[in-house]
Amino acid sequence: MPDLARTRADFPILHQQVNGKPLVYLDNGATSQKPRRVIDALVHYYERDNANVHRGLHALSMRATDAYEGARARLAKFIHAADPAEIIFTRGTTESINIIAHSWARAHLKAGDVILTTEMEHHSNLVPWQQAAQAVGATVRYLPVLGADAEGGLDYAALDTMLTPAVKLLAFTHISNTLGTINDAARLCARARAVGAVTVIDAAQSIGHTRLDVQALGCDFLAFSGHKMCGPTGIGVLYGRRALLDQLAPDETGGGMVVSVNYAGATWKSAPERHEAGTPNIAGAIALGAACDYLDEIGRDAIAAHDHHLAQIALEKLSVIPGIRIIGPRPGQPRGGLVSFAFADVHAHDVVTFADEDGLALRGGHHCNQPLMRKLGLTSTTRASFYLYNTAAEIDVLVASLLRIQRFFLG
Amino acid sequence: MSADLSELYQQVILDHNRRPRNRGKLPTANRVAHGNNPSCGDECSVHLRLEGDRIADISFDGSGCAISQASASLMTTQLKGKSAAEAQRLYDEFHHIVTTGEAPAEISDLAAFAGVHTFPARIKCATLGWHAALNALKGDPLPATPETPKA
Repeated sequence: MPDLARTRADFPILHQQVNGKPLVYLDNGATSQKPRRVIDALVHYYERDNANVHRGLHALSMRATDAYEGARARLAKFIHAADPAEIIFTRGTTESINIIAHSWARAHLKAGDVILTTEMEHHSNLVPWQQAAQAVGATVRYLPVLGADAEGGLDYAALDTMLTPAVKLLAFTHISNTLGTINDAARLCARARAVGAVTVIDAAQSIGHTRLDVQALGCDFLAFSGHKMCGPTGIGVLYGRRALLDQLAPDETGGGMVVSVNYAGATWKSAPERHEAGTPNIAGAIALGAACDYLDEIGRDAIAAHDHHLAQIALEKLSVIPGIRIIGPRPGQPRGGLVSFAFADVHAHDVVTFADEDGLALRGGHHCNQPLMRKLGLTSTTRASFYLYNTAAEIDVLVASLLRIQRFFLG
Repeated sequence: MSADLSELYQQVILDHNRRPRNRGKLPTANRVAHGNNPSCGDECSVHLRLEGDRIADISFDGSGCAISQASASLMTTQLKGKSAAEAQRLYDEFHHIVTTGEAPAEISDLAAFAGVHTFPARIKCATLGWHAALNALKGDPLPATPETPKA
């Protein structure tokens, strides 16, 4: 990062002590912290502009509507969507994927069809497909992950046999929340398109960390959350190609999404309104737009380079700890800004509890990735995940803490 | 190390974590129950042989943090030979210890877990094995899910 100290100064929460030690926040895979600008956008909206959108003719309602629709256009630009109407505001990645699994999958899939996904998916990009498949009699298949430590990434060669015409949908994560693997999204989308399958990208871990262009990737749908990209919780996006969104039956119905209602029934607006029943998270959407501004000022290429830099330092420094097992890409290979590891004799929860004492925020557990954990013969790992405000010195705090924990448990 | 943390990881707990007692499957078991902690993936199965109303033998297996494993290990040493009613009383006492930090009325190794109460997120680790044991006693084949700790 060009000016790390200035970036850190943008995040009020970072400047505190936890258990008497400076906070070292390395749980960005779970949620990122928020810069002052995003917090200010929320406060400004509630103090100045709060009103319902799309309904009122008064000044505040018009202001709120302009800001909300402005945020939609900002998000479209952020992912290079062709049209702001391709941005559906949701609660987050999970809701976005569920909309496709409910409305698209149940309308377009039939018995015998195949949903292809991968062995490295977060539960939120796995369970909805299992449920959809059960509902229509389709089958879920999993593109394998290669290597005893999943260091080999996805088995792209297996696409030759697995990506048959029976595959109607391919859903995959852009960056694995557990492994840090960066998947070749453009290649996967191109292969799926060749057999006529619709593609869904889970961009939860990539959206705030790397440049992302939905048209260049060639995906049909893309889902992400605001809170992992410096935005507020409770706001996210479902991107879909306009033609698909306009055909898609609404998953939820109610106010704001209808053209006309009578006692016999109702007709729907086109996208995006048809997929946003009820009062949306107006403040969240506006603040998410502010997060896009913030990230683009820093520069997503710079953030991606910083992530990679920290991950490589972490790999190097962690690898010398006796008995550590690091999963995911090997040193030097492309990797998102996170490292997951396990010790044979110290459980991840004990690691996280001890590290907390040193002011470190880590994640311990199965990372909503139970099938992959089982495949790797693990029940849990500890994960350190980095973002634009983390420093190399913080990795030294992590390593020192892990060595102390090991000494305590192994004597 | 802080006082809270050394209180949490007492020697008794570290000892049971390093050298778990009654670990493994019990070939003669006539009751088995599985407990898991969906939020963190800890797993614990309790196997016991019930003779009449008495726990004639008991074992546990599974994987998890030091607190959950040590608690299950210590529990097996406490429950062997006890009746179902006595097991329930011991659990009630244990639950009181881990949620309040108050020492038990009589001297007991269970007191080692008093430090858990300052780490509310870890109460469910400490009670995982106990829930499985109580379910096994009831002959309940369903997985036990520990309650969310009260703040």
